Amino acid sequence: MNCISIDDEETARVILEQLCEQIDGLNLVESFPNAMQAIKFLNKNDVDLVFLDIHMPDFTGFDFIETLKNPPKIILTTSDKNFALEAFEYDCIVDYVLKPITQSRFNKSVEKAKSITKPSNSKAVITSVKESENTVSETDLYVNIDRRLIKINLTSISVIEAKGDYILIKTDSKNYTVHSTLKKIQEKLPDHLFLKVHRSYIINTKKIIDIEDNSVLIAKDVIPVSRSNRSELMKRLNLL
Amino acid sequence: MLETPNDDYIKQLANGNTEFEQKLVAIVKREFPLEKAEFSENYSLNKYGAAAENVHKLKNKIGMLGLEKGYTLAIDFENDLKEEKTILYPEFMLLLNQMEDFILNL
Repeated sequence: MNCISIDDEETARVILEQLCEQIDGLNLVESFPNAMQAIKFLNKNDVDLVFLDIHMPDFTGFDFIETLKNPPKIILTTSDKNFALEAFEYDCIVDYVLKPITQSRFNKSVEKAKSITKPSNSKAVITSVKESENTVSETDLYVNIDRRLIKINLTSISVIEAKGDYILIKTDSKNYTVHSTLKKIQEKLPDHLFLKVHRSYIINTKKIIDIEDNSVLIAKDVIPVSRSNRSELMKRLNLL
Repeated sequence: MLETPNDDYIKQLANGNTEFEQKLVAIVKREFPLEKAEFSENYSLNKYGAAAENVHKLKNKIGMLGLEKGYTLAIDFENDLKEEKTILYPEFMLLLNQMEDFILNL
């Protein structure tokens, strides 16, 4: 059984290496400190199992799963009990293990993964069509930063990224961190210009430089595209 | 009364493999001060959301050192920080300092 691990904490990665070594037939192929490196690897290689941390900067474990077309079996390794319910909405997640992980708990988890046949798809996605609202400004957006209302020209925005309780708005000249959610800002953006391509990202489709299988390049940023949002993105493009 | 950190988990995990044990300890010795410093910086700059993320990350090492009450404290403090509450800060710093002393002597 070939597996990989993804965790931004080196201690956790080394512990997983040791845990894997104790199990015959379990081959840890690679360990990655972030999800993007793992996605690149998985675009070219198949594995049977992924040990995945949920809490990682920039790109969470759930973001990672959403990005995969056909995810392998996944065991979540985390210090947070709060995501258990969300975790089991995904068919590909076979177990949820709390850190620090003991060998006996790890063994049980791997046995469970072995006993489950590979899922055919990931989380069931309910697609909804957003009705266009013409109440949004087509030119500017005012954001509250340090008690000042800052005007941002909408066409200058390239990417908006969710960061916990904040969003990071990237423009041609400057980045702004604002206390808000992607859902709130999406309501203020014109539909023809902006598209949510991932649970953590809204992009300005006019700023796309190129598109790979499950990511887009905007300025210097590689932005993941969820499987469920890819078709909408493709519809927006003027394809030859 | 504070709990005492221990290396039981590390030893159990190593299962007599001293090479692995030394490797893991070396990584913890390198990583922990950086994580503590990042937390302290974010906290001192009132970046409580980022500080909560740092506390979250530290929970693995708190658990590794057998600090069960410390682990619970970290969960509470992480949740508090998300709401910009800081009352548990002194207690959490005591925990980190205690861990730092222990890790230095590993």
